[in-house]
Amino acid sequence: MAKMTLEQLRKLREDKKQDLTRREVEGKEIQVIVGMGTCGIAAGAKQTFDEIVKAVDEYGLGKDVIIRQTGCMGLCYVEPTVEVVMPGMPTVIYGKMTSEVAKDLVRKHLVEKKLLENHIFDRPAADIMKK
Amino acid sequence: MAYKNFILVCGGTGCESAKADEIYKNLLREAEAQGVKGDVQVVKTGCFGFCEKGPIVKVLPSESFYVEVKPEDAKEIISEQVVKGREVKRLLYKKDAKSADNVKVEDIEFYQKQFRIVLRNCGVINPENIDEYIARDGYAALEKAIFQMKPEDVIAELKTSGLRGRGGAGFPTWRKWEFSRVPQADQKYVVCNADEGDPGAYMDRSTIEGDPHSVIEAMTICGYTIGATKGYVYIRAEYPLAIDRLKIAIAQAREYGLLGKNILGSGVDFDLEIRLGAGAFVCGEETALLQSVEGKRGMPVPRPPFPAVKGLWGKPTVINNVETWANIPVILTKGGAWFAKIGTETSKGTKVFAVTGKINNSGLVEVPMGTTLREIIYDIGGGIKGGKKFKGAQTGGPSGGIITADYLDTPIDYESLTALGSMMGSGGLIVMDEDDCMVNISKFYMEFCCDESCGKCAPCRVGTNQMHALLEKITDGKGTRDDLDKLRKIGQAMKKAALCGLGQTAPNPTLSTMKYFEKEYLEHIDERKCAAGKCKKLVVFEIDAAKCIGCGLCARRCPVPCITGEKKQPHVIDKMKCIKCGECYNACKFGAVVKK
Amino acid sequence: MVNAKINGIPVQVAEGTTILDAARKVDVKIPTLCHSQDLAPWAACGICVVKAERNPKMLRACCTPIEEGMSVITHDPEIVQTRKTVIELILSAHPDDCLQCPRNQDCELQKLAADFGVREQPFEKRLRNLPVDDSTGSLIVNAEKCVRCGRCVTVCQQMQNVWAIEFLGRGEKMRIAPAADVKLGDSPCIKCGQCSAHCPVGAIYENDQTAQVWDALMKEGAEAKKCVVQIAPAVRVALGESFGLPPGTNLTKKIYAALRRLGFDAIFDTNFSADLTIMEEGTEFVKRFAKGEGELPLITSCCPAWVDYMEKYYGDMIPNFSTAKSPQQMMGAMIKTYWAQKAEVDPAKIFSVSVMPCTAKKFENHRDKTMYSSGHQDVDVTLTTRELARMIKQAGIDLLNLPDEEADSPLGPYTGAGTIFGATGGVMEAALRTAYTLVTGEELKDVNFTGVRGISGIKEARVNIKGTEVRVAVAHQMGNIAQVLEEVRKAKAEGKETPWHFIEVMACRGGCIGGGGQPYGCTDEVRKLRIRGIYDDDEQSTYRCSHHNPLIKQVYKDFLGEPCGHKSHELLHTHYESKPLYLK
Repeated sequence: MAKMTLEQLRKLREDKKQDLTRREVEGKEIQVIVGMGTCGIAAGAKQTFDEIVKAVDEYGLGKDVIIRQTGCMGLCYVEPTVEVVMPGMPTVIYGKMTSEVAKDLVRKHLVEKKLLENHIFDRPAADIMKK
Repeated sequence: MAYKNFILVCGGTGCESAKADEIYKNLLREAEAQGVKGDVQVVKTGCFGFCEKGPIVKVLPSESFYVEVKPEDAKEIISEQVVKGREVKRLLYKKDAKSADNVKVEDIEFYQKQFRIVLRNCGVINPENIDEYIARDGYAALEKAIFQMKPEDVIAELKTSGLRGRGGAGFPTWRKWEFSRVPQADQKYVVCNADEGDPGAYMDRSTIEGDPHSVIEAMTICGYTIGATKGYVYIRAEYPLAIDRLKIAIAQAREYGLLGKNILGSGVDFDLEIRLGAGAFVCGEETALLQSVEGKRGMPVPRPPFPAVKGLWGKPTVINNVETWANIPVILTKGGAWFAKIGTETSKGTKVFAVTGKINNSGLVEVPMGTTLREIIYDIGGGIKGGKKFKGAQTGGPSGGIITADYLDTPIDYESLTALGSMMGSGGLIVMDEDDCMVNISKFYMEFCCDESCGKCAPCRVGTNQMHALLEKITDGKGTRDDLDKLRKIGQAMKKAALCGLGQTAPNPTLSTMKYFEKEYLEHIDERKCAAGKCKKLVVFEIDAAKCIGCGLCARRCPVPCITGEKKQPHVIDKMKCIKCGECYNACKFGAVVKK
Repeated sequence: MVNAKINGIPVQVAEGTTILDAARKVDVKIPTLCHSQDLAPWAACGICVVKAERNPKMLRACCTPIEEGMSVITHDPEIVQTRKTVIELILSAHPDDCLQCPRNQDCELQKLAADFGVREQPFEKRLRNLPVDDSTGSLIVNAEKCVRCGRCVTVCQQMQNVWAIEFLGRGEKMRIAPAADVKLGDSPCIKCGQCSAHCPVGAIYENDQTAQVWDALMKEGAEAKKCVVQIAPAVRVALGESFGLPPGTNLTKKIYAALRRLGFDAIFDTNFSADLTIMEEGTEFVKRFAKGEGELPLITSCCPAWVDYMEKYYGDMIPNFSTAKSPQQMMGAMIKTYWAQKAEVDPAKIFSVSVMPCTAKKFENHRDKTMYSSGHQDVDVTLTTRELARMIKQAGIDLLNLPDEEADSPLGPYTGAGTIFGATGGVMEAALRTAYTLVTGEELKDVNFTGVRGISGIKEARVNIKGTEVRVAVAHQMGNIAQVLEEVRKAKAEGKETPWHFIEVMACRGGCIGGGGQPYGCTDEVRKLRIRGIYDDDEQSTYRCSHHNPLIKQVYKDFLGEPCGHKSHELLHTHYESKPLYLK
């Protein structure tokens, strides 16, 4: 997109806000968000990311699942961390991810709609943008 | 196969994990017993962090937050919530006895302990996608500033907010901007100090990696406010991912016309360039940083004149820390008054701390000023690893001091930390336990300062090395009481006569540990003993009388000799003469020589 | 104006005045080390710290401007203790061989240690074991003794614009060296010696060649040498400072006496050959200016540091350079030819010494083949003023009580035009005095050209030679020359007329009187006093124009023929070639 005017910026913001509330990105309902700060990467976030991509592919979920990256979620002590947003399931943040756990995540959470044991952690603070 | 409900049982180590285990098992059993196994999944999770009210059980999707749950409650949770769809009101978290029942999770005090302003987008958006930033009010502050506010209004808003520089010095941000706004000049500059050199600090890195646009937007606002059209982000070369993300962000902002000429058609010009550091901690000092941007050796220059008046190439320059920048857009969109409600009287807003060391939940923590150290370490941090005893928390990196257990309840703000002989610094917070040796820690920080001293001024260049040599003497077991006096003398001279903050504050870790842990220093000197066991040369060899059969082999092997004893009687090592060679340890066939 | 207090004493100074300067105004001396009056404050050493009421920190007096209402305390137990500790720290990284050091008794660090009553070294010695660099032959760099005051680096980069020396390394490993640790002789160094003149300690100093001179003076029998000496104009008004006299005291006649007592066989004066230089260069100028034979502007070439600078940085301007040698070298050539013939001395037995305010002259005397124009090395050894002072002291000569004596003929007596070579603008003024006559055939009524005098870095003047305008420029302190030459280059590139016809360049601030080999402690105040001494000598001279010197007329009549004639070109002229900045 080219240089914007004020009006265009405002419209873009509105559109994108709607997207966020709709919890839909690029037409896909399921979001797997991987924390890709340097600490996450040092702990193995890239391998986790790749494994999720592979597993999603294997299970043929490509058209329903979007895998995104984000920065540091603040849970550095349990990196790598992955947030899963899915209709019908509570939004959770998984920590201490490995390639194995990543495979489980796709199979159990995305396909079987079951939460993974012992890997759920909590976001440490409220979102000030929602206040 | 979709579950209708999910019960999350907190299984964190900080919690009573044994009880949590029972609760978990009971819930599974009840679910089975009450025939709702297919409707609810019970999972054990990691630490939710709200340890003081544990065991915690969370039920989703209703977001019911049950605290202090007992194993017997499992039955009711299943029957009421899962079967009948009703919350178990008595288990719900309440602020106090009188308040309403259903407190929303985000209103729970624990989640208020962290207040993520600077880190608002970190972990939420994709930093490589400007649209996501825009969606969360990104560039709305820039809009407001350019189209609805005059430069003086921006300064006024900053003044109301009470924002102080987050790089460590805590200088009122509005005042710095005003110093640059007022003078006429053919060119002014805006600089972001992303050189973050303190060991253990990574707040700035994570902010740029997770939300680079917040810095870009803030710098553009400053450019508009003071009348600068050019900015530089000076970022250390050791942060390649942050540099990449920043480059992408700048390119995207330029594409959208949010950087460059005629921003949003307003006639305002501003653009940014990245400059890389080259491995010098001293270039985090603002005047040395500016020298480096100018292509010269990174050495500080005397102030006054201050950069705000005479900075880059002699022009008015606002230079702020990454965290300071990240606060700016929120201050404009939510208002300075909103910001000023957070924090203490003198220190408004939040501070990001990189909590590391012997702590369970290490990580980036953003708390309102005034939060106590105890809350950060125990509530948010989950307490000391392995259940060991807290010894001290180091703030401010190599410029700061130690805060001991006696002061855990100090509300953190600029003034209170300085009063304790430490400083806020950039936000590094290193937690130490009983196994850390304070002398060794101060030696480590001094070694760092020796390496990083630029060498320009004598007090720092020579002082750091002399102090380090003395500390090494002490950790080698060759220290004398005189050395402590010398350390104080050099430290005082450095504080007063060093040219820049590096040299002026390099003695802080040493002077601070000498004040609060003098016993440890004296132990190293008088007894040549390191209680924490960290100073290798001070390992003590002892003979366990119970195991010693008096064969005398160790005494024969001892090169000094310093082992005495009668035949068939337990022998004794003279610790004052012992040279720690370890021969006795190697020789003893009965395991009677103990290494301490 | 700003009103403040220093130790309770009220003081009123212009805004922007530093605490250090304000204190000086009320006779309070705050100790310093890295500070130099010639340079912007480096503010590193930490010795000048003072307190100001209501300010919790200590301030550096050298760079902090005194503010309205400020109440400064310059000395109290805490301040003195802090300063002393800083000195002890500096000493802990400094070698302890004062007794063998060239700065023994004349060292700023020694003085501080003495003033502060240092009696012990409480901290461990931490030396760096750096090698000594004597690759230039003029200057020696003993980086081990460097206290990192920054003066040499700032002088070489900012004042002289040569950029031969820089700080390398960090922390206690920080040391002075040319870029990439090349030897000084392989760097852009022009040997001007300003680094050594500003060094507070024995880290950079002149290559002391007095031993060679003693050696020659002591030779007897078959090996005996005829030792001949010449002294530069700038030496006479500064040597006295090494003996407690104020700067500018003219000791010419006592120096002659001292040199005789040292054992020299003939005492000559560079001022004579300065007159000779004017004859040659003045003629050269007239040829170019009035007859169009050669490039304009003509640029003086008697300063060897300037010659080196020009060959390295401005090689394209070689055609503009005067081919005349410097007075030192002309004298050297004349001694081993003209005088040798007259005195019937075998030139091979002559040991020719020059005493100069300059360290670059040590390099000039063997610069290229033309410095051997007599068939031997024209000048064998150059000593600096500092070295002569040491020789006089070594010999037990009581300089101040010597009788006044005269120099020897025919290469001793000089005119006022010769002596003013020592000051910036002097060469230009001397040249104009003679050029006027050469062009018009008439004599000047007033020989004073005050427009080219003074301490200002770049001076310009327009001189009217009977209706013809001659535009001249005088630049001193190497850092000022770029501005002048860029304008000349620009005019040339644009095909315009040159902004000046004649340019005088001196590498050292103040001209030769501010040379790198002069007694330590040179400031603008000192420079002005030395310059005053020079112009006093000029005013008191019998003759004030070079072409009036009867012995000069004699030399041409008997020996050289005509200025810029064949013999002159053989003995008194040289050439130049472009050189790279770095040899490695």
